[in-house]
Amino acid sequence: MSLKSTLPTARHLIIAVPWFWLALFFLLPFLFVLKISLSEPVLAQPPYFDLIREIEDGFVTIVLNFSNYQLLLEDSLYFKALLGSLKIAGISTLCCLLIGYPMAYAIARSPAHWRLPLLMLIILPFWTSFLIRIYAWIGILKGNGLLNGVLLWLGIIDSPLEILHTPVAVYIGVVYNYLPFVVLPLYATLIRLDTTLLEAAADLGCRPWKQFMLITLPLSLPGVFAGAMLVFIPVMGEFVIPDLLGGPDTLMLGKLMWTEFFSNKDWPLASSLAALLLVALIVPFVLLRHFERRAEEAAT
Amino acid sequence: MKQRMPLLITILLLGYAFLYGPIISLIVYSFNESRLVTVWGGFSTKWYAELMQNSQLLGAAWLSVRVAALTATIAVVLGTLAALALVRFRRFRGRGSLEVMVTAPLVMPEVIIGLSLLLLFVAMETTIGWPAGRGMTTIVIAHTTFAMAYVTVVVQSRLAHMDMSLEEAALDLGARPLKVFFTITLPIIAPALVAGWLLAFTLSLDDLVVASFVSGPGATTLPMVVYSSIRLGVSPEINALATIIVAIVSVAVLITGLLLWRQEKRKTERLP
Repeated sequence: MSLKSTLPTARHLIIAVPWFWLALFFLLPFLFVLKISLSEPVLAQPPYFDLIREIEDGFVTIVLNFSNYQLLLEDSLYFKALLGSLKIAGISTLCCLLIGYPMAYAIARSPAHWRLPLLMLIILPFWTSFLIRIYAWIGILKGNGLLNGVLLWLGIIDSPLEILHTPVAVYIGVVYNYLPFVVLPLYATLIRLDTTLLEAAADLGCRPWKQFMLITLPLSLPGVFAGAMLVFIPVMGEFVIPDLLGGPDTLMLGKLMWTEFFSNKDWPLASSLAALLLVALIVPFVLLRHFERRAEEAAT
Repeated sequence: MKQRMPLLITILLLGYAFLYGPIISLIVYSFNESRLVTVWGGFSTKWYAELMQNSQLLGAAWLSVRVAALTATIAVVLGTLAALALVRFRRFRGRGSLEVMVTAPLVMPEVIIGLSLLLLFVAMETTIGWPAGRGMTTIVIAHTTFAMAYVTVVVQSRLAHMDMSLEEAALDLGARPLKVFFTITLPIIAPALVAGWLLAFTLSLDDLVVASFVSGPGATTLPMVVYSSIRLGVSPEINALATIIVAIVSVAVLITGLLLWRQEKRKTERLP
């Protein structure tokens, strides 16, 4: 506040520099995605026709080509990829919550001096390489991998389980990598929970399980939804996990976009897939902002 | 409360086993003589020796470290400015758009960030001639764009909980705003700047998808090399690399963790 009144020019600079950086390198690029998605692919560098073409001396024409979007609607592959992304993102978000909620709850209820080390232990794997953490699961899940070795040795199974290159492996990979994203916001809401409410309920004879269902859970819902969206949105466009852990039948938008771009060199089609993904993410993003605000308001 | 403690401890133990099991398996197998994961061929450090001779991998690692250091430094400057704007200036034109633009990169799928920035760079190259070709510069710009969002979040929370009376006192005593910023505000938010720098550094070092889109023929980063070697099959060299990364990260996190913990303990001890 004090900087504001005395330094009008500094104030403008402080706002303008990050604003223009983000407008140029984050917002503006989406317009190019939209533009290229409406152009035709050609074998050239860059591999698309420009929308605005000069026919002869100064006469300019704009050619819009909706065939990419038509293809997205007509070829069921893309619709299946959208459904596949929604399904994988939805189920793995649910799994993250089911595992993350008890963990966040246990950390929030642990003795005060243990909380910081326990939280650090949740974040620590997140600081090591994402790719390498997925690679670790290949070694564990593959046919002659660690998990099958242990299960065969224990005599639980007779023949190796096929987990790698199936949807199950994708779920494991997603939950493993995105777990910190639900534990942290959940912990933040649970630790701020007014414990006098629980004490009052207990004094009035309310059982612990009922206390949890009637007080703790409803009050932590903003954290639950914020955490859910923090997993759901990036997983919708996930590429590395379905590529390395999933099989050829694991259809997801991010992976399909990568193939169209790098293997088929079809930039316009990849752009229209990106546009589709963006549209699919608008509602979850608005929900995320809404629940984050509510979680903030609950805190103050 | 007391009766439920064993259940809570079991949950935590299972959770941490899930988080750390895969990492421990990588470390154990990085010392395995045998190439096969299921066979224990005796203790050996030969994969570390092979890693040190892999010049392609070392070159990529060096590029990644330079990109990450540059990214982290620019992201800390831009992220701090954004955090200052959002915390200190309650109302200004463009506040809503700035808020959206600093939260969206946190969740935006990497494939979208990568593709959209590549299309921008191509268009910029054809119209204004910059950036000429793609490589280190374009990777740094792309990484800075998503890393600064994380820096903003970290610095924002520190600024919001900061005691303003010191700044006000200095201003009342006639210190100039710029001097107040550098002698009072900056030292107070320094821990957040360090944390933000480290976070931006690791995010950049770790990124495969965005870099794959915006990099050019001459610039191959470490994750790009790791990714192509994983696609070719399991290689024990990657285990060795993973172990080195885990070792560096754990030491760094443990040191900062201990410092924070001691600070926290001292703070609670001082309170009556």
